[in-house]
Amino acid sequence: MAGYILRRIAATVPVMLIVAVLVFLMLRLTPGDPAAVIAGDNANAAQIAAIRTRLGLDQPIVAQFFIWFGQILRGDFGESFFFKKSVAELIASRLEPTLALSLSTILIAVVVAVPLGVLAAYKQGTLIDKIVMGFSVLGFSVPVFVIGYSLIYLFAIELNWLPVQGYQRLADGFGGFLARLILPSVTLSVIYIALIARMTRTSVLDVMGEDYIRTARAKGQVELKVLFHHALRNAAVPIITVIGFGVALLIGGVVVTESVFTIPGIGRLTVDAVLARDYPTIQAVILLFSFVYVVINLVVDLAYRLFDPRIRF
Amino acid sequence: MTTEPALLTEAVPARAPGGLFAGLSRDWAVLFGAAVLLVMVIIGIGAPFLGTVDPAEISPTFRNRVPGTEQTIRRADGSTATYRHWMGTDSLGRDVYSRVLYGARISLLVGTAAAAISIAIGLVIGLIAGYLRWLDGIVMRIMDGLMAIPAILLALAVVSLFRAGILSVIIAIVVPEIPRAVRLVRAIVLSVREEPYVEAAIMTGTPTPLLLVRHVLPNTVAPMIVQGTFVCASAILVEAILSFLGVGIPPDTPTWGNIMAEGRGLFRVYPHNIFFPGVCLALTVLAVNMLGDGLRDRLDPKLAKRV
Repeated sequence: MAGYILRRIAATVPVMLIVAVLVFLMLRLTPGDPAAVIAGDNANAAQIAAIRTRLGLDQPIVAQFFIWFGQILRGDFGESFFFKKSVAELIASRLEPTLALSLSTILIAVVVAVPLGVLAAYKQGTLIDKIVMGFSVLGFSVPVFVIGYSLIYLFAIELNWLPVQGYQRLADGFGGFLARLILPSVTLSVIYIALIARMTRTSVLDVMGEDYIRTARAKGQVELKVLFHHALRNAAVPIITVIGFGVALLIGGVVVTESVFTIPGIGRLTVDAVLARDYPTIQAVILLFSFVYVVINLVVDLAYRLFDPRIRF
Repeated sequence: MTTEPALLTEAVPARAPGGLFAGLSRDWAVLFGAAVLLVMVIIGIGAPFLGTVDPAEISPTFRNRVPGTEQTIRRADGSTATYRHWMGTDSLGRDVYSRVLYGARISLLVGTAAAAISIAIGLVIGLIAGYLRWLDGIVMRIMDGLMAIPAILLALAVVSLFRAGILSVIIAIVVPEIPRAVRLVRAIVLSVREEPYVEAAIMTGTPTPLLLVRHVLPNTVAPMIVQGTFVCASAILVEAILSFLGVGIPPDTPTWGNIMAEGRGLFRVYPHNIFFPGVCLALTVLAVNMLGDGLRDRLDPKLAKRV
């Protein structure tokens, strides 16, 4: 067991290393002197020279990689010349909105999608099933920003129930924080709901024919308990897996949603960095998001192996 | 894996008689998808003949008009004509109807090109990785690394390397899709390798390239068509997202994404700039997705579980 966990953790190291190599190579693929590219258009010769020393550009490329990677491991992501701040500080200052948005989205998505999927499986082939599945296809097709603007138009402009855009820090009051978080979270959760509901339906359908479901029903178990206790528990592994994989969709959605709702998070930072060609920031954000994605999937993988007694070592 | 009738009847027992396309035509979702797509193709190709004006023409005196506003245009010879802006004008006075119709071209072009290119690259790399075992490890580790970067972020990173334009957007969309295609092809190759007919071909001394093309490649056709459809749908979405964020195709070429980007600033007062392209975009992606779902159920029942 402990051996498995260690092996599984060790397996993520090469993946992250390759991500790091790809991110490192990104700057070498841009035409021109990497130091000049990083420094931006307004840099003077001294600044460029300083970056050149920092990156070790006079050394072979393999050595350059390890210099850069060593700095990353120490939490030193370099300097953003566009935002005039160190990249690490920049990201730290943008962390709260993104974290709040992501967590509330996952919460909404799971709470809505799992019962929907179970319901669709239970009512397989009926109108309810078709509506849920139709919604799921729709959720994959309607772009995040169209959903976002539709919700803003309806709830913020026409009905005037919620603030249009913006973000309020948790420290400045919970009410305002929550009010500004509702629309973006609902917007972002749509595609995630579509994904989870679909997977829940499939995996619950898979187990509904099993003997233990028949046994549960035969002993007169309440249908609701059959579904949520017997069926859902056994169908949980693929559902949890898809929640983990869905984080990639979520991260993509965060970038768009933060732009629609003008939330000053890491997603918005990413877009601003791309617009400004601020490469140190772009590199750091990609590394960070990929790291989060890999770690979440690692945790998911370990979690269900720990909790599912059928998976033995 | 192959399109043998036996497999199809097993997967869809009720619809098997009459062959593949008879089954397809009975499925309303596929029909709907195909119909919407056909309309979009006609709109895209026929845009100049559908009562549009130059989509890039700026009209400073006629900015931000609501849908249905009429404008009197004075021609060079002194005569006047009335033009109705069915979808209003944007903040530079450009006709939104014309922009939306021309925008269909970009979406379909990007969707098809991204699907074709990513499948082609995926096939080549996947076949090689699946067959040359010594290369397999390295190639698949690189693919794992690419897949660990969320698709939109990877696309954003790629566009940041190039000058904005259609080509860079297509590259940005293709790169994150390649690992998925490669994995799919490789999985098929690995399972086909064990088939008796492949072993027989190896025994009779068939050279490897011929073996791959003649015996392995045909098995990938059905899953690749299905995969290509889904890539197409997501490519159309990602192009719109990139253009919407302002890092995609510049506004002198109208795309649904950059029409919406243009409408962002005055969204509260003039939602039509976001509404019309948004509906077209959603409808098109929905149509491609429905087509893909239908094709998957028909052509490749096993894929339904894999994805």
